[in-house]
Amino acid sequence: MLLVAAAKTLFIWTVVVVLFAPVVSWLVRRQSAAHPAETATPSAALLHPGASFLAFVREDAFPPGSRRWLRAAAPFLVVLPALVASAVIPFGGRYSLGGSSWSLVAADIDWGVLYVLAIGALAGYGTLLAGWASDDDRSLLAGVRSAAQRGSYSVVLGLSLVGVFAVYGSLKLSDIGLAQDASLPVFGFLEDPGPLEWLRLPCWGILLQPLGFVMFLVSSLAANERPPFDRPSHESEPLSGPPRGVSGVHFGLFYASEFIQVVVIAALCTAIFLGGWSIPYLSQATIVGGLSPLFGQGAATVLCMLLHMASFFGKVVGMVWLQIRLHGAVPRLGYKRAMDLCWKCLLPLAVLNAFGTAAVLLLCGPLPGSP
Amino acid sequence: MLSEYVGVLLMLGIAVSLALGVLAIQLLLGRRRPASPEPDASLDSEPPGASERPSESIGFHLLALLLVVFNAAAVFFYPWAASFGETGAAGFMAIAVFALPLAVAWLYAWRKGALEW
Amino acid sequence: MELSLLLFYGFGFLALSAAVAMVCFVRHPVAGAMSLLVTLISLSGIYVLLEAEFVAVVQLLVFAGAVGMVLLLAIVLLGLRADPLGPLGRGESVVKAVGAMGALTIIAILIARLPASLFALRQLSGSAPEGYGGFRALGRALYGEFLVPVEAIGVILLAALTGAVILAKQRID
Repeated sequence: MLLVAAAKTLFIWTVVVVLFAPVVSWLVRRQSAAHPAETATPSAALLHPGASFLAFVREDAFPPGSRRWLRAAAPFLVVLPALVASAVIPFGGRYSLGGSSWSLVAADIDWGVLYVLAIGALAGYGTLLAGWASDDDRSLLAGVRSAAQRGSYSVVLGLSLVGVFAVYGSLKLSDIGLAQDASLPVFGFLEDPGPLEWLRLPCWGILLQPLGFVMFLVSSLAANERPPFDRPSHESEPLSGPPRGVSGVHFGLFYASEFIQVVVIAALCTAIFLGGWSIPYLSQATIVGGLSPLFGQGAATVLCMLLHMASFFGKVVGMVWLQIRLHGAVPRLGYKRAMDLCWKCLLPLAVLNAFGTAAVLLLCGPLPGSP
Repeated sequence: MLSEYVGVLLMLGIAVSLALGVLAIQLLLGRRRPASPEPDASLDSEPPGASERPSESIGFHLLALLLVVFNAAAVFFYPWAASFGETGAAGFMAIAVFALPLAVAWLYAWRKGALEW
Repeated sequence: MELSLLLFYGFGFLALSAAVAMVCFVRHPVAGAMSLLVTLISLSGIYVLLEAEFVAVVQLLVFAGAVGMVLLLAIVLLGLRADPLGPLGRGESVVKAVGAMGALTIIAILIARLPASLFALRQLSGSAPEGYGGFRALGRALYGEFLVPVEAIGVILLAALTGAVILAKQRID
């Protein structure tokens, strides 16, 4: 049992670090180049993170007077939450193979989504400490501002998901994924849908909670200080934060953590709102049932598993691409604007969304099949 | 169910050992040199180094308290959502009553300018 | 030895040593705040082991996430840099640690000798149902049986926020 968990954990690690980091790095480079010919060839770009890492290892310049041990520790506080959060994200459903059931989650926790939030709440300390450890007033202020932004948006992050919890009746990411495998008759709340019975929508989060999706995406980007909310820590800002007093591997780690955050945000959005691993209109039973006559039950299940995994990672890549497009497309928000957006706009919206969702659920009945 | 957390521990273990490994590599292989204080092309001519504290620091204390209060409030929404299937309409009224003083608090904070940065 | 028992000892040791370190050994306030953070996180680990998931989440989100941030922001923004209590005297930290442990032991003995009826708030028949500390069960309880305390919490939060705003505004104006 330990071996299975270890295998799943290592799989997530290899996928995220080896596959995604170079891919994301290449995508960013492609996005920001004026002309496609300016980018390095894919093979060179894919090796770039490794080369950068080696370069970072060689250099470790530090401004005099800074607290070295804290400077060393702070980047890890930022990277670790994103990595540990990926343990609860399911990249596949539950399958019964050879008498036992397998679920493609490293840690199928009952309160999985909140686990991610709770871990993320601790990430704010990383930037705050990094800013403070640089012993520079401007860095300190930048660190405080970034911690303020992260903390504020993490509140809204949770609240924007309350509607999702109410709709799917669970905080467990695999339950939410399984619920999205089904499809919903659009006119099912009518007494007798009649000829309109065939009109079905997949129970995807983005369709059932569109406002929740937008709020969640915005809050995720802001809580992780991704563009367009990266003013507190952007390198060209006068009040820039951690990159000022930090160098060497610590600097590299901050940027590595950015890539990891992009992937984790994409994976979370996929798992909660884009149907996770499921293929629209083809529920797991349909796929296995369809393939069994050809390949036999066991092989059909394995094929289904691979299909689901491919679907999940495909969607994650899509979300990563979306985030990178946002990087270039939306102008950076000022600190005041971002905080106003959080406290005056998203907070009431999230609460209203929760109540509205509850009202709709009371009127139209719960989702078929939810506990 | 407790067995599920093994995955978390493993992930944490891998992450921590990776972090330590990277640090170790840095310590062993890197050259360390103190950097000269960078020429500051930005705002004022004050040399870097913390002399006085920024004047907006009061605003951050209030923000931190806001975070405590609203985090504590948000935490009560989650069990409500998870059990909404069972508590139904009664639960809806219950949380509406809970949210009411919070809405008042939020409006009060806005009116008093506590939400300005 | 079972994994959960091992983890319990691990978390417990971490929590206690971080707390002792914060009180007796740490000289810089920021390090003290970080030790407090370690204590809070270890405690939430113990709550998870006890299957009290809601409490664990509250601990992480509210305590470690927000209250810890309040403390750290205050320390950092007030610019407490130098060692405000003076250098560590010889053997001073050992004396403090022994004293703290001794006090805790005495308190533990006193509590153990209290009559059990004082703590028997409710007679539980049989074992607790599956997932009793989870969010669904807690939601059922909070918004059913324990509704009045929850509403009271809403009012308390209103009072807390109002007080904070008034105090902060006084400072500024």
